Amino acid sequence: MTLALAIKKRLKGFELDLTFETGGGRLGILGASGSGKSMTLKSVAGIVTPDRGRILLNGRVLFDSSASVDVPPQQRRVGYLFQNYALFPHMTAIDNIACGRNLAKAEARRDPRIRELLGLLRLTELAERYPGQLSGGQQQRVALARILRSEPEIILLDEPFSALDEYLREQLHFQLAELLSNWGDNVLMVTHNRDEVYKLCDQLLVLDKGRIAAAGPLKQLFAEPGRLPVARLTGCKNISPVKRLAAYEVEAAAWGLRLRTAAPVAGDIVAVGIRAHDLRPAAAGDPNAFPCQVADRGEGPFEHNIICRTPGPDPLWWKVAKENLPGTLPASLSLPPEKLLLLRE
Amino acid sequence: MTADVSPILISMKTAGTAILVTFFLGVFAARGVVALRSDKLRIILDGLLTLPLVLPPTVAGFFLLYIFGVQRPVGSFLIAFFGWKVVFSWSATVLAAVVISFPLMYRAARGAFEQVDRDLIDAARTLGMSERRIFWQVTMPLARPGVAAGGVLAFARGLGEFGATAMIAGNIAGRTRTLPLAVYSEVAGNDMRQAYEYVAILVVICFLVVFAMNYFTAKESKYKRGADQ
Repeated sequence: MTLALAIKKRLKGFELDLTFETGGGRLGILGASGSGKSMTLKSVAGIVTPDRGRILLNGRVLFDSSASVDVPPQQRRVGYLFQNYALFPHMTAIDNIACGRNLAKAEARRDPRIRELLGLLRLTELAERYPGQLSGGQQQRVALARILRSEPEIILLDEPFSALDEYLREQLHFQLAELLSNWGDNVLMVTHNRDEVYKLCDQLLVLDKGRIAAAGPLKQLFAEPGRLPVARLTGCKNISPVKRLAAYEVEAAAWGLRLRTAAPVAGDIVAVGIRAHDLRPAAAGDPNAFPCQVADRGEGPFEHNIICRTPGPDPLWWKVAKENLPGTLPASLSLPPEKLLLLRE
Repeated sequence: MTADVSPILISMKTAGTAILVTFFLGVFAARGVVALRSDKLRIILDGLLTLPLVLPPTVAGFFLLYIFGVQRPVGSFLIAFFGWKVVFSWSATVLAAVVISFPLMYRAARGAFEQVDRDLIDAARTLGMSERRIFWQVTMPLARPGVAAGGVLAFARGLGEFGATAMIAGNIAGRTRTLPLAVYSEVAGNDMRQAYEYVAILVVICFLVVFAMNYFTAKESKYKRGADQ
């Protein structure tokens, strides 16, 4: 499966200007709210019309402004999972699933594919319930079954977990991942949540103000964000502008620290990032060590969040698992040079 | 009751026929206007379709007379080709009731359609449902309480229509004299007893209408009841 897309659309405050191609698999689009990610999905589905550009799915033209082609959503074979699932409230679960196929009530209940999907998604017992009688997770499964029954060539997921309670999310991450790999994995998902994208996708595209900030294999982009907006969106808590001091040394102005790097510092590096998990209690002789002075601390269920004062104006955020934190705080912290993220604009 | 029952029968026939026409015209006009892509066109069309609601009924009737009068192009055309004389006939009472009650139906239906969640319509589209099926299986069922309430209101307005009816249908006893016109005629002729009877009938019908409207808007659908459990 390939989705090839090159679109422009003027939105409030910025222009969406995207060109990308997927070669199958699960592509995650990560972006802050208002970065144009929902618009991108809606353009693929045909719900929103881009100003200019082309969209191809498996070689089939869905949209081409220069040839005045705009295939209606009904004929695009694009499944769209809405943020709130958009189930028809006046239809039972099974009627919702059957509606894309135009099956009569009795036909739907005999349809082998629907029965299979109900079983696969553990909905058999819930088939005659109305959406209002289902939990958020159950609604999501009905919406997925409805999409799968319409036999799309690609599935678009729009913030698929945002409507769910926190405690349900993780469980559903696995469920959805399993389902999607079962189905064949042609998935495009947008989210602002890095955990979700990390669990569900293998390719990543980072969107910043309507433009692609980075694209590539997901794990690689998390390890080496390369650019400032990418570091922020992948959840880097500590970011500082830097001045290059030497080939392997920078000065981080926000923290007033001189830091050693593992890779040579190129001329276009404007900032560095430190992931909160990458700081560690310093051993004697560690490079990039600094005294640990606690400004504030918070406690999560499984980790401590410690805000450390630095010689500079900004503090550093340190996250450490409870079992890794001894009773007393270490005198100083350090950062292995290879963990320092070098960031371009 | 020694009363002349013809106004009651004429009114029932007129209001009944008018609501059938108004209902479908209003619903389809609302559907068309909601689907319009151009905002400017929608505002203009919306204004035109609402006009009979804000115009004094006699002025609306004046325009109808202007269009359908026997000397006018439309009126003379209908007579020449269909032998159908609209003005001062029973069909004129229906025409007046339809024109005056139409905006109520149209606006209620439009409001009800616009209340339907856009995502539901878009979801239906991506699932491959045709626009016609979306309208009948998604939009209409979800908009039903509002549409039904609009229908009841339009029926009541058609039943009570006076000004435009008097202008275009006249006040011909046994032919175009509806209940509101009969009330007026009896009072003008100083037969208060007869007027009381007509008034009582109208009041009862209007009570029933208000009751029916509240019933439609308050009635909980099966799926909504389920959601509360």
